[in-house]
Amino acid sequence: MSDVTASRTVFPAALSIWVPRLEAVIIPIGALVVGLGLFAVFLLFLGRSPVDFFALVYKAGFGTGFSWKNTLSRVAPLLFAGLCVALPARLGLVVIGGEGAIALGGLAAAVMGVWSGALPGAIGLILMAAAAMVIGGAWIGAIGFLRIKRGVNETIASLLMAYIAIALMNHLVEGAFRDPASLNKPSTAPLPDSLRVGDMPIGIEVHWGLGIGVLCCFLCWILLDRTTIGFAARVAGGNIRAAQVQSLPVGKLVIGFTALGGSMAGLAGYFEVTATHGAANASLVVGYGYTGILVAFLARHNPIAIIPVAVLLAGFEASSGLIQRRMDLPDATILVMQGIVFVVLLLSETLYGRLRIFRPDLWGGKA
Amino acid sequence: MHTKLNRRSLLASSAALGAAAMLPGRTLAADNLTVGFIYVGPKDDFGYNQAHAEGAAAVKAMAGVTVIEEENVPETVDVQSTMESMIQFDGASLLFPTSFGYFDPHILEVAPKYPDVRFQHAAGLWSADKHPMTVGSYFGYIGMGQFLNGITAGHATKTKKIGFVAAKPIPQVLLNINSFLLGARQVDPEITCQVIFTGEWSLAVKEAEATNALADQGCDVITCHVDGPKVVMETAAARGSYVCGYHANQSPLAPEMYLTGAEWNWADVYTGMVKTVMEGGTIDNFVRGGIADGFVKMSPLGPAVSDAARAQFEATKAEIMKGGYSVIKGPLKDNSGNVIAAEGQAFAEDDIALESMDYLVEGVIGSTS
Repeated sequence: MSDVTASRTVFPAALSIWVPRLEAVIIPIGALVVGLGLFAVFLLFLGRSPVDFFALVYKAGFGTGFSWKNTLSRVAPLLFAGLCVALPARLGLVVIGGEGAIALGGLAAAVMGVWSGALPGAIGLILMAAAAMVIGGAWIGAIGFLRIKRGVNETIASLLMAYIAIALMNHLVEGAFRDPASLNKPSTAPLPDSLRVGDMPIGIEVHWGLGIGVLCCFLCWILLDRTTIGFAARVAGGNIRAAQVQSLPVGKLVIGFTALGGSMAGLAGYFEVTATHGAANASLVVGYGYTGILVAFLARHNPIAIIPVAVLLAGFEASSGLIQRRMDLPDATILVMQGIVFVVLLLSETLYGRLRIFRPDLWGGKA
Repeated sequence: MHTKLNRRSLLASSAALGAAAMLPGRTLAADNLTVGFIYVGPKDDFGYNQAHAEGAAAVKAMAGVTVIEEENVPETVDVQSTMESMIQFDGASLLFPTSFGYFDPHILEVAPKYPDVRFQHAAGLWSADKHPMTVGSYFGYIGMGQFLNGITAGHATKTKKIGFVAAKPIPQVLLNINSFLLGARQVDPEITCQVIFTGEWSLAVKEAEATNALADQGCDVITCHVDGPKVVMETAAARGSYVCGYHANQSPLAPEMYLTGAEWNWADVYTGMVKTVMEGGTIDNFVRGGIADGFVKMSPLGPAVSDAARAQFEATKAEIMKGGYSVIKGPLKDNSGNVIAAEGQAFAEDDIALESMDYLVEGVIGSTS
């Protein structure tokens, strides 16, 4: 066996360590390229030029200073929503109800802001963030609880609970927490300026949600990849029986990671309220939670990969407007593109371990 | 063009061109104006957004105007980006962000950054002491349209029960419900109106459920106030109920059952505003009006409208067109018995008190909370 491999080896042995790891990068990028290629065919059927299309996407999403501002200002909620999917995913759980935790987290932040209006701004902002994280964490954590204690399918439970959360948020915004002055768009009372998060001092008008979101991605990566808790979670995600045999606290891990994911989604709501809207209302429910699913899957549930993926998807969404206006394509065009990419990506999951090119023995290592 | 091209005029005009080229693109918009329209939903929704898109289409037909449109823009940082993108990439200098929720904080956030751009928002939110002068509000009083709808409904109903599918119990919606019932009671004071709130501006499934529930209860004329009335119109007509339209003309959806409808007349309003800007004028910061002012119009009466109904409809409309007509007037109680207006008391269409309406009048079956 060894002489067979040796005869094939033309590369230094060091590559044999890196090439298999590249698998996790090259397959999703390949899926992205194939997906965009299929979308180009779709455009051709519509009689539109894919070249124009991608040029416009580039121009509107990444081509100018304003484009970058437009793109980056959309990234923050996608980071948090992506984490809400990626964290439970390491335990093998598919949680798709981040939208509900965003809505309730935003509401909790706004209500806490109204109550703590007299406190100094910094304390108020921390209390608001804490409220958003607790409520968001409790909401998604409850899904982990149902999964462990009652065997309820977490995917369906999280989706259905998102509808409940949105209805609850609307009910409270239109009832108990409504600002009587918000006549035609029921909202909570507006936050004072001291409780509004401003822009980061980086020369682009982007609020702090982006910086905190990136930080959270790094922290979650450390938790997952560099701590024993993260290791235990990955073991449980790989084989729950094996984890139980090893007497890992599977129940606590599931509840803990779903709750942590939910608290991230709660932060998405928090920044929407404190940085963008200044109050909680129905505008919290615009689908960030669902785009977050796509972000997390494209990133293969790697918290650091979530960052570039979120920027890419935000750029696509930033370009949606210019595409509508210049190419006379409907708004759903970008959704079609995202859908095609997502399906190709899911299909590409089957390729892992099957492509000979990524086998270490081909590159001078041991098979 | 009968100007002769001689050396002097050529020199003068090239100098002017050169000077103009040095100015930022937006300021020379006078005879080539780019106007941006932004909608919160699809522009062919047979409803709120289509009404605005029809106005945009009328502007598109004007000479020297470029119209750019974007649909399905949520009331988030999205709409801020869309406004800036229209200004930066397309050179728009007049924007019509048409959804209520675009105003605060989004237009207020963007407007100060672009002092040369005019932002026209569809609502009555602008106030001189708080908001920039480059922002304006325009708004239509459509309640009397629902009042006229109610008159045709009052004639058409046999069960004396009419129905209303409503989005949220906010003042504008409540005024429409109350006006619809009061219109019907002009015909027969025994008529009642059942209202169902769906809780959302656009939620097709609940709108269909609500319409079916109304039909089950015997409501044989149904109207609505949701963003896209398509589902309500089609469902009601399929159940054999007559329908009154809202926002735009929905008669193609139910040609036999459509009585009439309260429509926005944005085509006139928008072309008027664009004309003002092209002539170098300034649009008033606060513009509003009802049927009498041409902001609201009625769909042509459908085949199911009787002669008696047509006569009363036309007579009332003629009264309204004279101006000063009041729908909310005494003696009037709400549906839990509190007095809204005493005998002889009347609220004009533009009375500020109507903008915080929180009641349903006597005869409306339903609750605001």
